Amino acid sequence: MSRINWQRAAAVFALLMVSAGLRAELQIEITAGVDKAVPIAVVPFGWSGTGARPPQDAAAIVAADLARSGRFAPMDRKDMLQRPTAGTEVDFSDWKIQGSDVLVIGQVVQGAGDQFEIRFQVFDVLRGEQLLGYRQATNAADFRRNSHRVADLIYEKLTGIRGVFSTRIAYVTVAGPATKRIFRLIVTDADGENPRIMLESVQPIMSPAWSPDGRRIAYVSFENRRSEIYVQDLRSGSRKRVSARPGVNGAPAWSPDGRKLAVSLSRQDGNLDIYTLDLDSQVLTRLTSGAAIDTEPAWSLDGQQIYYTSDSTGGPQVYRVPALGGASQRVTFEGSYNARPRMSPDGKQLAVVHNDRGNYRIALVDLARSYTQVLSDGRLDESPSFAPNGETLIYATREGKRGVLATVSANGRIKQRLSTVEGDVREPAWSPFPPN
Amino acid sequence: MTMMKSLAALLTVALLAACAGPSRSTVDENAAGTAGTQTGGAMSSGVGEGGMGQGATMGGSALGGPGASQENRIIYFEYDRFDVKSEYNAVLQAHGKYLSANPTSRVRLEGHADERGSREYNIGLGEKRAQAVRNVLLLQGAASDQINTVSFGEERPAVTGDDEEAWSLNRRVEIVYGQ
Repeated sequence: MSRINWQRAAAVFALLMVSAGLRAELQIEITAGVDKAVPIAVVPFGWSGTGARPPQDAAAIVAADLARSGRFAPMDRKDMLQRPTAGTEVDFSDWKIQGSDVLVIGQVVQGAGDQFEIRFQVFDVLRGEQLLGYRQATNAADFRRNSHRVADLIYEKLTGIRGVFSTRIAYVTVAGPATKRIFRLIVTDADGENPRIMLESVQPIMSPAWSPDGRRIAYVSFENRRSEIYVQDLRSGSRKRVSARPGVNGAPAWSPDGRKLAVSLSRQDGNLDIYTLDLDSQVLTRLTSGAAIDTEPAWSLDGQQIYYTSDSTGGPQVYRVPALGGASQRVTFEGSYNARPRMSPDGKQLAVVHNDRGNYRIALVDLARSYTQVLSDGRLDESPSFAPNGETLIYATREGKRGVLATVSANGRIKQRLSTVEGDVREPAWSPFPPN
Repeated sequence: MTMMKSLAALLTVALLAACAGPSRSTVDENAAGTAGTQTGGAMSSGVGEGGMGQGATMGGSALGGPGASQENRIIYFEYDRFDVKSEYNAVLQAHGKYLSANPTSRVRLEGHADERGSREYNIGLGEKRAQAVRNVLLLQGAASDQINTVSFGEERPAVTGDDEEAWSLNRRVEIVYGQ
């Protein structure tokens, strides 16, 4: 009876794939940085060409990326005494006097059609040595993305850690008056620029999850007034409903090979259990059973285990079960509430929502030593997601009554706040590394 | 606690009736839908609550059925719990009897949670709460094909606010007829 009615109910929703305007969707503010950010000078890149100039200021994008990492302190352009664009023009003593440890110079060279080449060099000012020289080809449309890639390469050279400036973030916003809420699933670049609306609905949207190749997003939509799981292609915007079984269809999580989703389903018996769903064959495999709420699955890196939240001993705790079936084993023991596990990229830690003396906070659970470290300091923090290099986590928190996003470095020292112009923002999911 | 719950229920009713309650709380679409004739925009069945025009007048008061008052169509729960408190026995008995006596009548149980903790776990709590109410209605004579459940977790709060008073109003199951 009601299934059909709900289908017909057709809540007003629209599928859009648009560049949603000129302004960044997220405003990013560093709230705590490292004590000794490395002073770096990123000189405006020169231009060598006769046609259309590059669409963005690559050096400005690179400097902003490095500043946002909290590990670097770029020199203000107007303090630069010289603006070399080639190695032969560099006078290291000037940069040394001005206190820069690292110097980045470069130029953008016009290619055929709308092609450009971003040529850049990185120097150790104190030793007067080149650390890195690279040519990054790009077309006009990908100029911003490739400028982020330049920042990634510089960051990796200087820190030994792969940069995440060219990654993206998916999240859910809620705007509008209480009687007419609009839910949106949005994807932006990691710096908050280039926002795109993937889905817009008057009914809730939840739990966005990136496929391992970064091309698709799985999420939960209530557009038919019940929870259903969809998989949407980012490039084309086309999507497929992959689970609309009776009861709850929730918490999709991609297997590392991208072939399966782990999900939480309640089905006919009303009992939330963990299943895997093979996306090609549609074969459903049940992994847990019993009266407990079993939800929020997350795969181990090798795809052999699935971590999940269960209240089988009372309050929610994290358990794990073999992905092909087997006995469950409890993983978290510290505190009354540990939920929504997310595996760190090195496989050594779980990020969880942890009840810390009455406050819901983001914590890291060390799997080898079973040690819990609280990272955030809010009252209602939730939805932690690791950057693909493992250095940073993004999560949802509150600023007054508003939902905002925040990031914290895995060592707890570097913090940022990301807020939208209006409304709430929640459920951030950090993309994997882009394909090279 | 019971006193507080009653006050809380009264507050909701007052807010819904007047749409001009205390400034710190606002009523959302879902709560408004429960009070009026619409249910959050899904108007497909054509059997709006107001349209039924025949409340179950059990023992002279509209405790159960589509004519039940607002406060008799919301069941509240304790934090991280999904057991139905005994204070709701009479109300749920009335709804169960109504469904039993009106086999073509349909009801949808919408489970909700407060905002604390993780969102999908709260979907689980909302579903468990809806299932708990469903089980009581079945014991009272309702048939299983008369009852549907859905969980909105913390996604559709009845009131905004981040204190115990708001949370206690959001941990609920709403009984919606005509679905």
